[in-house]
Amino acid sequence: MSITLSIIYLIATVTFVVGLKMLGHPESAKRGNLTAAIGMGIAILGTIFLSEREVPTIIYVLIGSAIVIGGIIGWIIAIKVEMTKMPELVSLFNGFGGASAMLIGLVEFSKNIGVDQADKASASIITTIIAAIAIGGITFTGSLIAWAKLNGSMKDIRLPKYNLINNLLFIGLVAFGAYIVLMNTDSSILMYSLLLASLVYGVLFVIPIGGADMPVVISLLNSLTGIAAAITGILYGNMVMLVGGILVGSAGLILTFAMCKAMNRSLSNVIFGAFGGGGDVAASGGGKIGGTVKKTSASDSAVLLNYSDNVVIVPGYGLAVAQAQHVIHELEELLTKKGVNVKYAIHPVAGRMPGHMNVLLAESNVDYSKLIEMDDINPQFPNTDVVLVVGANDVVNPAAHNDPTSPIYGMPILDVENAKHIIVNKRSMKPGYAGIENELFFNQKTNMLFGDAKDALTELVNELKNM
Amino acid sequence: MNQLIEFLQDNLELIYILILAIFIGLELIKNVPTVLHTPLMSGANALSGVVIVGAILVMLQSDPENYLALALGFIAVVLGIINVVGGFAVTDRMLQMFKKKKS
Repeated sequence: MSITLSIIYLIATVTFVVGLKMLGHPESAKRGNLTAAIGMGIAILGTIFLSEREVPTIIYVLIGSAIVIGGIIGWIIAIKVEMTKMPELVSLFNGFGGASAMLIGLVEFSKNIGVDQADKASASIITTIIAAIAIGGITFTGSLIAWAKLNGSMKDIRLPKYNLINNLLFIGLVAFGAYIVLMNTDSSILMYSLLLASLVYGVLFVIPIGGADMPVVISLLNSLTGIAAAITGILYGNMVMLVGGILVGSAGLILTFAMCKAMNRSLSNVIFGAFGGGGDVAASGGGKIGGTVKKTSASDSAVLLNYSDNVVIVPGYGLAVAQAQHVIHELEELLTKKGVNVKYAIHPVAGRMPGHMNVLLAESNVDYSKLIEMDDINPQFPNTDVVLVVGANDVVNPAAHNDPTSPIYGMPILDVENAKHIIVNKRSMKPGYAGIENELFFNQKTNMLFGDAKDALTELVNELKNM
Repeated sequence: MNQLIEFLQDNLELIYILILAIFIGLELIKNVPTVLHTPLMSGANALSGVVIVGAILVMLQSDPENYLALALGFIAVVLGIINVVGGFAVTDRMLQMFKKKKS
């Protein structure tokens, strides 16, 4: 490797570290992203143009066209995607990264096939190749399944004894990989079997995980792709890949644990637990909750809001699905003009990704200072006249405090039941994402405003305008 | 066992960097406000596209007659660059939204 290329890789590595650091602070985040992108750009260009090998022109043409094709596709997807679809997109891109690592592993393994014993790759190189294929394959199919589940085209599927099957498959995968390394075999059949087993494991690993736990899984898969990139870095002794991959790997793990903490669950519980799938869960909680539900109209709700001093809006994923983030901002502005103090209460896992709700509200120009995090807003609920819950369910379910049998027991929630009045906008009485009944809806202080979030809020805004 | 020791000896430098990088990664992300978790995840996702460097190396080192290696390498480069370009672009778009309402 030429010294210029080494220096370029060094600079790129530093931009990754600095960029990631800057991404963690609101003021510098945008510059941080740009910094890392520039570093990535020079690393890619350097790799192509500073190669010391004699490379035929045709290969340069192929690389160039691959970059142009992929670059255009990536750019178009990024520009067109709706902000509500962000979690799906991250997991789709992530799957592509994993597939890339997997393909690299395949090519490197195939180069070792039929080579004289003396020229064969060492066991450590084979180990990295096998690991790249396996981890890349798992993240590839795992991410595609996550993507399909998030955009609603696939439901949770639980095979009987899926935990046992998955664990056995995983142990088998590790043993199989170890066998290939120890036997120093170059059998392509074994390699393809390993590939197939990894792809299947990726599918089986994600398929039973409940919808509410998807953000954790995406973050975990993200982390795995980083590890796959780092492993290919070891394979080529390439520092920028190694450090870049490891940074993503460890950062992804931190985010994964932060999310688990926000839901009061352990990682193993997410992966091996049976939460979020409906079935048994809904049955256990369903019987105890009873009472009458009070329905309300848009005009009554408007009156209530109009004569309040303090209003807190609790947005949930239902708001995002209905694309109602702009209407809710209109409502908030209208109320503010009428002298009402309006704030938003943001649960750490509101939406389908941590921080997803902040992005959505930012998209509709909601003032940053009006978004209050859970720990800060909870003490304020007793002084709140009206809480307006839009499309949120599990994050305001009091069962998390007072029903030890509930699967969400112990999860930190927004204590909206302490407010004087509660208006809940929901499409129907169907349980939320986690499949649990919510006693909040039966509370004496609660009024249910049924309907699609966007329609209901638009009606509310019109009523308020006429007052 | 001998192979393991040999591997450690040959790659000691690499292992140092690996371990230190793990700690840097953990430290960098600690205490990031929830607001930024989504952009951060998406930005980190773009960074994991660094695997494209490996994909380019695969193609550069391939024999022009080795169609399998070239084809797989080509797909790997396409997928890797989608991850990189798409990831950075979408993160930028997200962060743009945080920025504009400040003015």
